Amino acid sequence: MSDDTSLSLFQQQEANRRRTVLLVIGFVAFFAWLGFGGDYIYYLSTRDAPGTAYHHVFPWFGIALTVAALLTAWYAYATGPEKVLWSTGARAVVDPTDPQEKQLVNVVEEMAIAAGVPRPHIWIVDDPDPNAFATGTDPLHAHIAVTRGLLELCNREELQAVVGHELGHVKNLDVRLMTMLAALVGAIALMHDGATRVLRGGMNVGGGGGGGSRGGGKKGGAGPLLVVLLVVWIVSWILAPIIAQVLALAVSRKREYLADAMSAQFTRNPLALAGALQKIDGAVAPTTAIKRGAAHLCIADPLGRRLTAHEGLFADALATHPPMAKRIAILRGMGYAQLKKEGGSVA
Amino acid sequence: MGSIIFLVVVVIVVGWVIGAYNGLVSLKNQTLNAFKQIDVQLKRRHDLIPNLVNAVKGAMEFERSTLEAVIQARNQAVKVNATGPEGIKQISQAENALSSALQRLMVVVEQYPQLKATGNIGQLQEELTSTENKVAFARQLYNDTATQYNTRQQQFPTNMVTGLAQAQPADLWELEDQAEKAVPQVDLSMKPKV
Repeated sequence: MSDDTSLSLFQQQEANRRRTVLLVIGFVAFFAWLGFGGDYIYYLSTRDAPGTAYHHVFPWFGIALTVAALLTAWYAYATGPEKVLWSTGARAVVDPTDPQEKQLVNVVEEMAIAAGVPRPHIWIVDDPDPNAFATGTDPLHAHIAVTRGLLELCNREELQAVVGHELGHVKNLDVRLMTMLAALVGAIALMHDGATRVLRGGMNVGGGGGGGSRGGGKKGGAGPLLVVLLVVWIVSWILAPIIAQVLALAVSRKREYLADAMSAQFTRNPLALAGALQKIDGAVAPTTAIKRGAAHLCIADPLGRRLTAHEGLFADALATHPPMAKRIAILRGMGYAQLKKEGGSVA
Repeated sequence: MGSIIFLVVVVIVVGWVIGAYNGLVSLKNQTLNAFKQIDVQLKRRHDLIPNLVNAVKGAMEFERSTLEAVIQARNQAVKVNATGPEGIKQISQAENALSSALQRLMVVVEQYPQLKATGNIGQLQEELTSTENKVAFARQLYNDTATQYNTRQQQFPTNMVTGLAQAQPADLWELEDQAEKAVPQVDLSMKPKV
């Protein structure tokens, strides 16, 4: 997975399309493995049972889980943005009367022109902590949400820079990948919780069957194979949500620098985004309205995890966002380079 | 054997020509589209200005000349009936004059806090800022796209198919107006704050 920020926009979009397809394939393949693997284990354990007992021959689990995964992926693609917005309690800004909201609409319209994309739908999350996120499947079906805290904290230019950052995610199709990721991570968590209960029942059957085959000892190879399969299978079940989470983090972290750069390209004002990030970073409270599932969509880590402040092996694996200080430093660098080029002096 | 190599070379060359041609056509259309976006925003601005002037007229009797300059510049800009990127020089001249007139007006409004305090003006000011930003960003997008288009035309080896694609360098939207380049004069004396 390359995160080369020097790739052209078209290549970025292509890469994101490809990643989304890979994500869906991986998701379906994973559930197919869980299903068919379970079927195979069940088959092995019931094979030597006496004639009258149940023999698991037809792979019901595999077919059911694969179909369920396909349906989930389709459902996630169709309703992912809605679900993400719903989970944060955002409300649509349709016909604003409040001057602050009117300004937000104006700013979004301006940035949409600068980015050359249609105006996205605009949402406000009534949360005092400053944050923003974008979701959607493509620039024609895009949504941008900001918190009330952001509107109150940032001046017009800073708001513009933040909206520019989010539109960067929209334009290079990060939103598609990240929304799918959010929806599928949620689905895995949900299925995991539900299936763990089923699995507990299934384990008893599996354990009993395993014992039976060991007792019979007719097919020497089946026993160890069964045990290995069973262990791998159970480990996959346990690891599923963790893998999904780490994947979400890794994908989002790399995209933040690119979106920062795109915001600077749209506004020609990297210092405004630096200022906004600093204000967002300075706000102490976590964004309570935004839950873990949608964290990787936001401009700044809504959970306020201290991990985000560091860079290193541990943080690289577990933080959703790159360190704020580094992002600000990069933007400042851009800003000063621009000032120098224009012959101005650094104040 | 020789003919196969020849065929392969021909296929590669034709494939490249098609790619370069399509690339140029796509950029050309993007440039045209970006120009239309400027047009839309300029139209919006022309429609907004009469409302704006009406709203501040009463409160700004003392700044008659600033308002008149805005109205005049606006009428000049509306009168320009050049269309498309070809007329860009004409359009940009008139619009840049309007921009600087509006900028002066905004500086004046800035100077009178009691004017800003009335809700109406505050809203209009936001509208005006937004309109000016929209024009500026549309212009920026056009200039970026046009520059990309022009660069592609001149670069080797794409420059060999520019004739085929009927590609011509697009004019950029220059800020020629001296008034626009000049730093706006801001009166920092406390005079108007009565």
